[in-house]
Amino acid sequence: MGTLEIDGLTKSYGSRKALRGTSFDVRSGEIFGFVGSNGAGKSTTMRIVLGVLMPDAGEVRWAGRPVDHALRRRIGYMPEERGLYPKMKVGEQLVYLARLHGLSKAESVASMERWTSTLGVDERRDDEVQKLSLGNQQRVQLAAALVHDPEILVLDEPFSGLDPVAVDVMSGVLRERAHAGVPVLFSSHQLELVEALCDRVGIIAAGAMDAVGTVEELRSIGNPQWVVDVPGTGDASTPAWVPDDVRVVGRSGSRITFEPRTPGSEQTVLRAALAQGDVTEFARVRRPLTELYRDVVRVDADRPTDPTTATEASA
Amino acid sequence: MSDRTWPAIRLVASREIQRLLHSKAYIVTTVLLVAAVVLGPVALSLVGGDDEGQQVGFTPAASSLTAGVESASAAGGTDMTTSAVEDRAAGEQAVTDGDLDALVDVTGAGTEIVVDSSVDPALEATVAAVSQQQTLTAAIEELGGDPAAVTGSVAESAPTVTALDAEDEFDPAGFISALATGILIFVAIMTSGQLIAQGVVEEKQSRVVEILLSTLRPWQLMVGKVAGIGLVALVQVVLVVGAGAGTAVALDLVDPDVVDLGATAAWAVVWFLIGFVTYAFALGGAASLVSRQEDVGAVLAPFTALMMVPYIVGVSIAPYAPDSPVVTWLSLVPFCSPLLMPVRMAVGGVAGWEVAVSVGLALATIPVVIWLASRIYAGAVLSSGARIKVKDALRAA
Repeated sequence: MGTLEIDGLTKSYGSRKALRGTSFDVRSGEIFGFVGSNGAGKSTTMRIVLGVLMPDAGEVRWAGRPVDHALRRRIGYMPEERGLYPKMKVGEQLVYLARLHGLSKAESVASMERWTSTLGVDERRDDEVQKLSLGNQQRVQLAAALVHDPEILVLDEPFSGLDPVAVDVMSGVLRERAHAGVPVLFSSHQLELVEALCDRVGIIAAGAMDAVGTVEELRSIGNPQWVVDVPGTGDASTPAWVPDDVRVVGRSGSRITFEPRTPGSEQTVLRAALAQGDVTEFARVRRPLTELYRDVVRVDADRPTDPTTATEASA
Repeated sequence: MSDRTWPAIRLVASREIQRLLHSKAYIVTTVLLVAAVVLGPVALSLVGGDDEGQQVGFTPAASSLTAGVESASAAGGTDMTTSAVEDRAAGEQAVTDGDLDALVDVTGAGTEIVVDSSVDPALEATVAAVSQQQTLTAAIEELGGDPAAVTGSVAESAPTVTALDAEDEFDPAGFISALATGILIFVAIMTSGQLIAQGVVEEKQSRVVEILLSTLRPWQLMVGKVAGIGLVALVQVVLVVGAGAGTAVALDLVDPDVVDLGATAAWAVVWFLIGFVTYAFALGGAASLVSRQEDVGAVLAPFTALMMVPYIVGVSIAPYAPDSPVVTWLSLVPFCSPLLMPVRMAVGGVAGWEVAVSVGLALATIPVVIWLASRIYAGAVLSSGARIKVKDALRAA
């Protein structure tokens, strides 16, 4: 067991810099969510990890050793652009891929049977891939990434196009694999899902990591927000009793959301609120990842260095 | 090169083999080719029997000549069918209608040949000889001599012919085997090359190549594909060549002194292999430049053209004029030689050094083609979208 280290990757396509020193690591047994706008560099990073793309500089290491061809066959990969032989049967195809990754024939067949059952496509083993619905093709694609019992999982948007049941199945599989000690790196635009599933999250923008950490750690980035509710204190946008050293960022009825301008000034607000009447709510806001992400990307978009980075709504 | 290289190549190859063995197109093509080389000669030999022969009728008066004319014409190599007619009038009617080519009758004035417009000189000579022979036999018997002894002496006095500048005899067996070899090698290389190109693009278009190349190196995938498809195509060629040669032997179509069937067949297989490897890698590399099956034809066009030239020369000039300079020179040039040299060799009369030069140049070209194709493939196969320039593919590799 070890750590998958992505260290200082750079990659240019002509004059466009796709990656500019991307670095983060994924630890054994950890689910790492990789988020960022389209074109931010998620797929490029993952393709470099799998060796289908060469970086201009930087290195990918596993347990301290550079990832080489022999190790790559121990990685389970789901590419951004899905790909299986359309005219090959599901079962044959999975056995073929398992054997290419070095499993014996018997092991491959057993593994194919296990994963098609787990992912609920065991009825379709004898069907050509092209005859399956997109959702089922996606399940087979995940089976293709898992069928050789990989030591590392790298999945590019494994949840896109899945129905809620399949999302649950897939989440369960990722948790189970992580529990078995596998580092799981996956990208997604479904931030609620990332928040629920991931031990740690990395936000990439314009080819560089903007923030890496647990969701809790990401919350500490930027100003913390607090909420206070004193019923019956009027509905002016900023009530007169609110002290000057906080900034009110939202209000609904008597409920006010604010950011302290100086550390500890939320306590001043609480005292002022208690002076107004009964305080029914006073708490630090747990901002959803979606909002944190927007903040990060917005900051990034304000950066003059790369005007191509677009802020976009999460999927 | 790791110890996993050969198992990986074998896996890729066996996938291709299974894919082809399950493909209706492959099975139908093989059956059709085998049927063509077996049924073609059989049909020809059946039709050939009726076509050339002369239909000669004999009146009852001339019936004594029938046996003599038959055996004389058989000995002379003329194909003739004899039949008896009721009487002169019926015979003349048959000649007029075209049912008979000639009618033989014996009247008080002697032997008479009735024809529509002109008589075949060979037939006239045969009938004359038989008729004269009969008259002679009767006369000898009348004089109390032994006709058989006289006939023997007469036969011995026939001159023997010594040709100082013997004319080359046109050999239909050599011609047909040359033509069949040329067509077979072209069809086999063309179809198997197309299969490789389509396979490369299928993997690219479906993007499965991205998964494959996370565990295989590009050259392993390419070599496995070429080996698998090549093996299946080789089986096809061996089946067709074997069936053709077997038919020729069974129907006694080939004079073993003129055409060495075994050598022709073996060379056809050798040249197929050389041509297949050359074109398989070339077409595979070229196909990796495009991402859609619709674009395969365009990217292969230069190679298709390159194959058409020696093929057309091979089937239209080589069997008739194997010594023409175009044929001689093209048969030494790599890329052309696999399609042309086996045709020349089937016709016969190719110098040993020519074969050696031709094989040598073709074999020397193969590593260059493989190297170039593998680089282009490695540089192009992972980029989807528009057609990639060769220059860019080489730079990316």
